[in-house]
Amino acid sequence: MSISRRRFLQSLALTGLGSVLPSTAGAVARGEELATLLDIGKCIGCGECVAACREANQHKYPNPQKPFPKMYPDRVKVADWSERQDVDDRLTPYNWLYIQYADVTWQGREYELTIPRRCLHCTNPPCANLCPWGAALKQDNGIVRINDTICLGGSKCKSVCPWHIPERQTGVGLYLQLAPSFAGNGVMYKCDRCYDRINKGEVPACITACPENVQTIGPRSEILAMAHELAEKTNGFIYGETENGGTNTLYVSPVPFEEIDKVIDKGPGRPGFQPVDNAMAPEDKLLRALIFAPAAGVAAGILHTVRALQQDDHKGDDHAKK
Amino acid sequence: MPRSDRPARMVRHMYHLVVFGLAFTGFAQMPIFKRYYLADVPGFAWTADYYLNHRIHYLLAALLLAFFTYVIIVYATVWRSRWQITRCGLFSLGLWSGIVVTGIMRVMKNQPGMHFSPTTTMWVDWLHLGLVLVLGMVSGIMALGRRKILIPRS
Ligand code: SF4
Ligand code: SF4
Ligand code: SF4
Repeated sequence: MSISRRRFLQSLALTGLGSVLPSTAGAVARGEELATLLDIGKCIGCGECVAACREANQHKYPNPQKPFPKMYPDRVKVADWSERQDVDDRLTPYNWLYIQYADVTWQGREYELTIPRRCLHCTNPPCANLCPWGAALKQDNGIVRINDTICLGGSKCKSVCPWHIPERQTGVGLYLQLAPSFAGNGVMYKCDRCYDRINKGEVPACITACPENVQTIGPRSEILAMAHELAEKTNGFIYGETENGGTNTLYVSPVPFEEIDKVIDKGPGRPGFQPVDNAMAPEDKLLRALIFAPAAGVAAGILHTVRALQQDDHKGDDHAKK
Repeated sequence: MPRSDRPARMVRHMYHLVVFGLAFTGFAQMPIFKRYYLADVPGFAWTADYYLNHRIHYLLAALLLAFFTYVIIVYATVWRSRWQITRCGLFSLGLWSGIVVTGIMRVMKNQPGMHFSPTTTMWVDWLHLGLVLVLGMVSGIMALGRRKILIPRS
């Protein structure tokens, strides 16, 4: 067991936080993915989690060099959030978590919901699967993050993410050392589930900061069971169990997510709660073609060989006749 | 290809088409076709669709795998007595093996429930792209020098 894992076990045992399942440490040791449960019904929208995320992750925020390299072609836009670091009502490279507001009437009751939004840490993340450069990655413990020393800021992860979560900052990263005017455009940023804190055996900042214990972290199987229990108890609804093939973020809400999706502010940096099919499902099906292909090639090869041998035989017969 | 009869020529053309398709859809995995206007050309908007190109890449890779296994079997059983692989041919074969292996690894990694370490994944990505670039250069040099992959056994 690595030192960090052992420390995680010890420190989790010591924290005794209600928001950390006791089995979390064991799950990490076994290499099981961690998931979080967000009980939307409990959130009071105080924003402590947003502030905690900023404080804990400040050292990872971009520090862009200016002026930015001139971009070719001209239409390539720079994404500069460095002068607007205090924007906290959407996702930005300097704000990886924000609170979404949903005033909904459901079954005759009015709800004023506040919902913490960030990367959902998909179980089979298209951002990491399709990053052509290996910069977006998924760790053993389920954390999906972007390596800021490798990312070129091409924003593909954002395009393929069903919620378009990662946000770009121009003027930082590896592209500056390559061909800054012609390829790349900075680095993409998003919630990394405080991977460094987890490595040190600490709990993500937004979880510990919450006065209402909105979030619970633990092994996915248990978090899923908890989500179902909670949904049953409260007549609630679950988001994240099947969306995009399953995410390691399970939201439970007293109101159906279609209703929430209708009333929330959506757009750049503001993800929805729409239904999401598994983005990688067609690839899973195409795997069959890839498995079948060599067998088809072998069959065609054998057929070719048999024909060639038969032709040789015929030729032999002809010679014999002559 | 050893014989210059029609089916063999057709197979060769198909092979070139599949390889071109693979290179194209492979490069389409990088965010360049939109940036450099290709996707703006009427009828070419699909070149910026990552998912579509990714799926075509899978399909073409399946065709290529079928082609390679076919050629390996036929070479081993029929062609080998009359044709021999050149040194350039062996080098290309080595590069192709690397491309196929890294490609298969990437496909495996993309399966739900499959997990490679981030460093392994990064190396697989870089090797796949790097080997393709080297193979492209080697093939270009071979074409210029009229070097063949197979030559008749003397
Ligand atoms: S700290 Fe907790 S209660 Fe406050 S906004 Fe965040 S999740 Fe909601
Ligand atoms: S929500 Fe988007 S950014 Fe987060 S893991 Fe899933 S695909 Fe990646
Ligand atoms: S897990 Fe960490 S990085 Fe992610 S939103 Fe919470 S505090 Fe921010």
